[in-house]
Amino acid sequence: MIRFDAVTKRYPDGTVAVDSLELTAASGQITVLVGPSGCGKTTSLRMINRMIEPTSGTIWLDDTDTASMATHELRRQIGYVIQHAGLFPHRTIVDNIATVPFLLGTDKKEARKTALELLERVGLPPHFAKRYPAQLSGGQQQRVGVARALAADPPVMLMDEPFSAVDPVVREQLQDEFLRLQQELGKTIVFVTHDIDEAIKLGDQVAVLRVGGHLAQLASPVELLSRPIDAFVAGFVGRDRGYRALGFTTAGTLSTRGEPTVTLGAAIPKGTDTDTWLLVVDAQQAPQGWLDLGADFTGHETVSDELLYRGGTLATQGGTLRAALDACLSSPSGRGVVVDDGGALIGSVTAREVLELIEARETERQP
Amino acid sequence: MIADVVTWLTDSSHWTDTKFDTGIWTQLLAHLKFVGIALAIALLIALPLGLFIGHTRRWGWLVAGANALRALPTVGVLVLLTVIISPHFQGRTDTGFLIPTEIVLVLLAVPPILSNTYAGVQNVEPGIRDAAFGMGMTGPQVLLRVEFPISLPLIFSGVRSATLQLIATATVASYLPLGGLGRFIYDGLAQQDYPQMIGGGVLVAALALLTDLVLATIQRYVVSRGITRRFSSKQAVPDSRIAAVHETDGAHA
Amino acid sequence: MTVLADSTSSSPLHFAQYFLDHSSEDLRLLWSHTWLSVVPVVIGLLIALPLGWTARRYRWTYPPIISITGLLYTIPSIALFVMVPPLLGLDTLDPLQVPIALTVYSVALLVRVVADGLASVPEDTVQAATALGFRPVERFFKVELPIAVPVIAAGLRVAVVSNVSIVAVAGTIGLSNLGQLFTQGFQLSTPDAYYPPIVLGIVLCVLLAVVLDLAVVGLNRLLTPWRRAVPS
Repeated sequence: MIRFDAVTKRYPDGTVAVDSLELTAASGQITVLVGPSGCGKTTSLRMINRMIEPTSGTIWLDDTDTASMATHELRRQIGYVIQHAGLFPHRTIVDNIATVPFLLGTDKKEARKTALELLERVGLPPHFAKRYPAQLSGGQQQRVGVARALAADPPVMLMDEPFSAVDPVVREQLQDEFLRLQQELGKTIVFVTHDIDEAIKLGDQVAVLRVGGHLAQLASPVELLSRPIDAFVAGFVGRDRGYRALGFTTAGTLSTRGEPTVTLGAAIPKGTDTDTWLLVVDAQQAPQGWLDLGADFTGHETVSDELLYRGGTLATQGGTLRAALDACLSSPSGRGVVVDDGGALIGSVTAREVLELIEARETERQP
Repeated sequence: MIADVVTWLTDSSHWTDTKFDTGIWTQLLAHLKFVGIALAIALLIALPLGLFIGHTRRWGWLVAGANALRALPTVGVLVLLTVIISPHFQGRTDTGFLIPTEIVLVLLAVPPILSNTYAGVQNVEPGIRDAAFGMGMTGPQVLLRVEFPISLPLIFSGVRSATLQLIATATVASYLPLGGLGRFIYDGLAQQDYPQMIGGGVLVAALALLTDLVLATIQRYVVSRGITRRFSSKQAVPDSRIAAVHETDGAHA
Repeated sequence: MTVLADSTSSSPLHFAQYFLDHSSEDLRLLWSHTWLSVVPVVIGLLIALPLGWTARRYRWTYPPIISITGLLYTIPSIALFVMVPPLLGLDTLDPLQVPIALTVYSVALLVRVVADGLASVPEDTVQAATALGFRPVERFFKVELPIAVPVIAAGLRVAVVSNVSIVAVAGTIGLSNLGQLFTQGFQLSTPDAYYPPIVLGIVLCVLLAVVLDLAVVGLNRLLTPWRRAVPS
């Protein structure tokens, strides 16, 4: 657990970066600090491992006042990941990961063995061990950065915009793997980002800071989306927040109806009177796309790939209301496709049915 | 003329000492001695100072001051110091000339080593320094384990440039009655023995080229491949434009 | 007070008096020193421009051009002085030997500077110029070269300042320039130290280096007015 007790950072020129911050980052959870630039989120993070010294107030690491420890001792107990990874260019990947164990005097062979395990854990192949940072892409370097922070198995990790320098596709991949890793490890994590979507996706709790280093709201992501405390937080959380909040509510068991299908490669059916859209599945019953029966099939005998409309996301039975609604809205037939965990078709729902479910949930919540 | 120079250089009697003349080997050793002493002293001064200034970002004016020294005419300072110092060493004339020579050589070698070391440490990416401190390294650990090895290419280029200037200027030391390869140049000039004079020039040039080659080889082995980026072709450096494509092969391998 | 007027006083501070007593000779040395310091750099730049352009334009020529010029720069100045006459078939102590040697140095230093300076021109700018219809030669003189001026000027400063010191070295092998003041002072210092010509030589060399350095800085400012524009 990390606790900020009336922590203030004032620079000699008078600017106040952080103003009597009170905040507790619970053990085993991800606490995200988010806010516009100049809100003091990075300053707050860096005061935890005393890369910046607070002007006043105390930061507690469990029951220890961090100011009472030698800075280098403190930092060796805290994993630290920064934006561009900050890998040491002159050391191989394996030695980069083993930095802190080396500092702590762990046997070199032992430290490298642990480092190799971590390399795999963050999703990099073992032959990367002997490479140098310059031989890795930005996203790969960031994975190494995470592995390096984990090397001495610190209970606490600080992450300063670790995924913001990579492109959106890679970022999402890194975020997903980070969440998976955290499920296994259960570290106490403080995470800084300027991206509210990232904050909502990753945080167990989110602290929104406003310029001048004031804490505006500390809440769980769903609460932040549904009950922003004031206009600033509402504005920062942004549009679509009602829709995005649905991402935190499971749909429960959706009452689906059976959906007529045709298998890929079968003959094109004629004269069905249901409507013009027919769902196409493969041999394993996994939905592939929609066939427009009203279209001109000259030159085609069977249902082939090139005839399919692939627009349309899939909802999982047991997934979120947001995914269910999105499946309906993105489907050309207006019917959202629901699959099981193995990806096989269960049936379909309409947007109206999902909305009714949402309304039912709302009434349940009201007393 | 070129043939005469070759003849002078290939005459084995010029290489060893005779009753009347000092040979090339002896003068070469003397030359290397001047250079070696000055380089050692300059390194002892400039390297720690440059590392300190680059690491602490304090006393930066010292670097600017050292660089201003470069405007001083080397020969002028050499003559001035000799005139001041050598009278105190009557009877031991060699020391009287050696001390001003070494002072001039050190003055010459300090600026490039100092400014390159300083620049090397200062140019270490802030993110790398930040990570090093954040991992829990102490100040000296950051300096010696991170900043110093990353600065090595620039430090080496400073040392190489200083060494070349030392070899060149140690020649001028023979302008004083001291040994070294410059002896052949000034004696050749005085005796109008031009093959000897030009031969001396060739020897100095050869020494400079050879020394630089040695230093370049040392640099190759001392500086991490991660910095020089000399990677074997099959371990190519990723192209940043297609990094996203490479991304997945690592992730799910 | 007669001591002060005595031109043979050996106090280092009497260099001004020494200068006044030998002004015509000293000015001649200063003039030839200036000449020797400036002309080789100018000629060197004129030679380095096409070479640097080639190294930049045809990338495969960069490594050989840079290594060969780098190798030339490795040769000590005094060695180059004495090697120039036989290599070029000149008389030993030909008045051209020092300017030629210094030109070689300037080329060696400036080729890399020009190539790096041209490399500092943003690729977008070059492509925009091409798209606007500049022909390669036009583009070089009107777009690339002006933008490369600051980097080239930085190299010129190094070349000019180090030339002032190297020219003095040439004085020790008998060429006529400020280096001769050191020879004179050295000869006059037996048996007793005689400082004025030595100190005068050092002072004039430093002044010359400073003036030439400022001249390059001024020229750079004159040629790059856009760099003085302050973003509002």
